[in-house]
Amino acid sequence: MLAMGLAMAAGLSAAGPRSWERLALQLLGASGLCSLAAGLWLLLGGPSDAVVMTLGVIPWHLILDPLSAVFLLPLGAVVSTIALYARPYLLHIETGFRRPGVATGFFVASMILVLLAAHAFPFMLGWEGMALASYLLVIQHHEESASRQAGLIYLLVAHMGALVLLLAFGLLAHGAGGPDFAQWRAAPASASAMAALALACLAFAAKAGLVPLHVWLPLAHPAAPSHISALMSAVMLKIAIYGMVRLCFDLVSVQSALGLAVTMITTGALSMVLGVVLALVQQDIKRVLACSSIENLGLVTMALGLALLYRTTGHAMLAAMALGAALLHVLNHALLKALLFLGAGTIQQACDTYDLGRMGGLLRRMPASGGLFLLGCLGLAAIPPLNGFASEWLLFQAALQSWQMEQGILRSLIPLAAACLALTTALGTACLLRLFASAFLGQARSRPARRAREAPRAMLLAQGMLAALCVLSGLFPGLLLMMLNQVTVALLHHPAVQTASALIITPVTATQASYAPLAVLAVIMIIALCTAALLHTRKRAALRRVQPWACGLGPPTARMQITPAALAMPLRQVFAGLLSIHERLGSPQGRRYHLEIADRTWDLLYAPVARFVMSLSRHAARLQSGRVRLYLGFSLGTLLVLLWVMSW
Amino acid sequence: MLPLQILLFALAAPLLNGWVDMLRARLQNRRGPSPLQPWRNLRRLFAKEPVVPHTASWLFRMAPYVMFAATLLASSALPMLTVQTPLASVTDVLVLTGFLTLARVALMIGSLDPGTAFGGLGASRELMLSALAEPTLLLGLFSLAMTAHSSNLAVLVGHLLDTGMMLRPSFLFTLLALLMVAGVENGRLPADNTTTHLELTMVHEAMVLEWSGRHLALVEWSGHMKLLFYGILLADLFAPWGLADHASPAMLALALLCLMGKLAALGVVLALTEALLPKMRLFRAPGMLNLAFLLAVLGLFSHVILEHNP
Repeated sequence: MLAMGLAMAAGLSAAGPRSWERLALQLLGASGLCSLAAGLWLLLGGPSDAVVMTLGVIPWHLILDPLSAVFLLPLGAVVSTIALYARPYLLHIETGFRRPGVATGFFVASMILVLLAAHAFPFMLGWEGMALASYLLVIQHHEESASRQAGLIYLLVAHMGALVLLLAFGLLAHGAGGPDFAQWRAAPASASAMAALALACLAFAAKAGLVPLHVWLPLAHPAAPSHISALMSAVMLKIAIYGMVRLCFDLVSVQSALGLAVTMITTGALSMVLGVVLALVQQDIKRVLACSSIENLGLVTMALGLALLYRTTGHAMLAAMALGAALLHVLNHALLKALLFLGAGTIQQACDTYDLGRMGGLLRRMPASGGLFLLGCLGLAAIPPLNGFASEWLLFQAALQSWQMEQGILRSLIPLAAACLALTTALGTACLLRLFASAFLGQARSRPARRAREAPRAMLLAQGMLAALCVLSGLFPGLLLMMLNQVTVALLHHPAVQTASALIITPVTATQASYAPLAVLAVIMIIALCTAALLHTRKRAALRRVQPWACGLGPPTARMQITPAALAMPLRQVFAGLLSIHERLGSPQGRRYHLEIADRTWDLLYAPVARFVMSLSRHAARLQSGRVRLYLGFSLGTLLVLLWVMSW
Repeated sequence: MLPLQILLFALAAPLLNGWVDMLRARLQNRRGPSPLQPWRNLRRLFAKEPVVPHTASWLFRMAPYVMFAATLLASSALPMLTVQTPLASVTDVLVLTGFLTLARVALMIGSLDPGTAFGGLGASRELMLSALAEPTLLLGLFSLAMTAHSSNLAVLVGHLLDTGMMLRPSFLFTLLALLMVAGVENGRLPADNTTTHLELTMVHEAMVLEWSGRHLALVEWSGHMKLLFYGILLADLFAPWGLADHASPAMLALALLCLMGKLAALGVVLALTEALLPKMRLFRAPGMLNLAFLLAVLGLFSHVILEHNP
């Protein structure tokens, strides 16, 4: 509550004179810390908190329960770090400081409102506020047409989603006799509730950027400033996941959610694979990260679908495990993606570009940023013992238990989903390795990259805090799972993992699987240090620096090294069917190579729809002949039809 | 127990590669080096002064150590002589593949770091091969884990020992898939060639070009260990007989003999394939890996549909 108030205050004070900007950021940071504290307080055993406010005739039920608290954690962590990051970052951006300040405050406040709402009205209010505030942030560089177009598409998708959600809420409120969430929870299962649930999930899928509604995401994220991208990718997309969990597992009871579960698993799997393939071929560092968000949200949706499937078939314990994996991935992805987006902002300020092909060799110029970015990449690539691995491992374990299901067809669906997960994990590693290598390794590919400077200390500190959280949650996933157990117990009456201590997690029993990241890290460190100590003795410590090998042609230049596009070329060839690739040699001498890669969803899905609408409107345009007599005739006709309808 | 297994594994690893090299030489009507040759190479490299490109950062020097430690950790969690291993209670088969990925990522980062043409070329090829091979490995292990309802390696191998020899279609598919993956991951023919130094074709050799001295020795040693890792993994999963269920000297000696026999047989298979198959074009390799992935999926399906045991 306090956090929301502070975020609003941050927005308002940012609207004030320029000297208040600092205060606005401090308030924003404080609101983040408050949300973090509120979430932790509840999950560590505090009582749940409910407040009823009234605004006119609408009662505002706001309730903080374990599920909201889990989503408040990443929100709080990310908001408080971006508040630290934003000040030095924004100093370099010459235009429009004030507007992001206002919109950021309202953006955060409305996200908190959605999380706390226990009534359809405040939920919708927060949902719409979130869309509008983030729209303002996306079009911050409104002088660029690409930015305006991204904003327009984003607004369109967001409002279609909101309309569908409104419809779903209307159906639910009608069925349950009121818009209060408590009434919905008590309502019996019905067909209209099922339809409403499906509609709501569609709306949430649009917000989460799942295939085929993902097209706004790679456009909108890069258009916003980096700390806002971090907020959008790490927190806003998760709000959609929150909506799915809240509705599917808490509020709406249906007879059989089998169809929905299967749809969620398939959509999630498709989003995962397409997202990672798109991420692999992007040239813009923030687009890579945005596409990787599609992948990770797909993963979370798949885990939710799995949980729903298990719950529907009566395996509540396994459902709790899959839900736990989904929520753990939500936390991990939020931290990692925020870290990487902030890293992208740092790189952009150092090199003055988001183009991977103009970076390179930054690790030597910016060692601290490079190390933090590497940590984020490894974490997101699911390399043990970092945090991305823990949640994927838990999801694999949940899928491994599919033998308990009775129905053969469903039982074989889950291994197929696991196959997609395996493919995505491997491709994700390739994608993030390419991202890190293109930016930080090799030699500088442009003049600004050659002269890059390390980022200001506050920006590094913000990233360092996120990185520390990533490492901690990677080494002690048990601590997080102990908190998540409360959610799964509240929703499904089973803990997510049977044994979770700080050091080791055991999803079912010790004979089935267990994972102790700290022990594993200790062994690996001991081996590496022993080897290093054995080899670095006496005379052998010295090494000689030489020119790298370039077939005797003298020192290799930056143009001899591999480019980011070439690094992904073999995999691009393999997955060419999923992309539309245009290669051409530009100038008459053929010395320039142009590569354009687009998402085929545009051609296959959106272009036909757009063509259909355009042709429809061309036909409609024939009515506009410009003759007054004809228009009078139309009016008369309309009047007659109306009269007929009235009398009938 | 754990340091002992780690030491035994690390010391035995080069011998398998030496054995395969010797066999291949004999198949090509050459006398070939002794199986101890990899050991001598390592000793020579360790004695040499390491040379580092001046464009390289600290990652280049750290990568071999990470690679070595990650591979060794993954290997030491395998049931080598006894079914129970010290690390079985803290890792499982999925974590092991994660550590193999870590080793590979370290290798690729190190090869991309100096910004040379060869390192990048090799890394880009390896990126494709590994991204297509890893899902197959994961999936194959996943379907074996489903058989035992456990991904804990000790339990998994114990279950396979208890149920005894049984012809399962899923195992056949998975074995084929894993054999292909093992070949590709170790840079063997037909996807890559360990003996080539021709720029147009090399993958693994292109990546290690800039390392020298002790760094190169560690990278090569990791390569030897990876081969032994796959050898023991395949032996554990598809022919677990002879593994000791408790650590008495007689049982351990028997287990060691069995393991050597199994690995020698695998070495013969590997040498034969390498002698018979030509190197594949790089863009033919995805076809082979897709086949392996398909086989792994088939294995999983045949397990789910035919061999369901609640």
